Amino acid sequence: MTLLASSFGPDSMAIVDSLGDRTEAIEISGQLLERSGRVKPEYVSSMIAAVEKFGPYIVIAPGIALAHGKPEDGVIQTGLSLLVIREPLVFGHEQNDPVSLVVGLAAKDHDSHIELMGELAEFLGDQSKVNSLLQVTDLSQLRDLLS
Amino acid sequence: MGIGTSVLLKLNAEKVLKMLDVEATVDAADVASVRKVSFDAQIILTTPDLVDQLQGLPAEIIPIEHVFDLEELSTKLSKALL
Repeated sequence: MTLLASSFGPDSMAIVDSLGDRTEAIEISGQLLERSGRVKPEYVSSMIAAVEKFGPYIVIAPGIALAHGKPEDGVIQTGLSLLVIREPLVFGHEQNDPVSLVVGLAAKDHDSHIELMGELAEFLGDQSKVNSLLQVTDLSQLRDLLS
Repeated sequence: MGIGTSVLLKLNAEKVLKMLDVEATVDAADVASVRKVSFDAQIILTTPDLVDQLQGLPAEIIPIEHVFDLEELSTKLSKALL
């Protein structure tokens, strides 16, 4: 199993039709980390606070947001969550809106997840893989694509 | 010091700098720590909406729109370095 695949705990992925706003999207992405045992509830608030403080910088590529808080804000174990939004959602980013994929990240410290981030960059840098993610119809397909 | 975006940018910048045959040290920092660690930096790569937070630093600030686009990184880094 790749590092990328093993960083998604059970119940760490979701597909939704549409959402009200970016806060809701980040909240769900955080809850996916929480219910898969990667973070404590307070980490979710930290993820939302980061965007409120610094703006939509988390939209790191067209259609893709990377939401995270700080290691000291309640990370139990390094891991990822993935939220697919069928109806793309505006986050307020000038170039990269609207967002269809929200990757939630929990990092236990500043260094130990670097290799995982390398695999994530490889994966999300491959447009054909991103397109496949956007076309899945159920969670098992999502998991297959990431393994 | 950085966790997410900065780490992805660092990894891709290292990849591109290697392709360009430029020897460099690349560090990741978050907005809170960047002022402490960037005093000797030649270039700071960031995302467009954080540019304003970096005003006054001595380095050249280069905004990157698409963190996974190695071509954008390569074009902008070549222009600044070569």
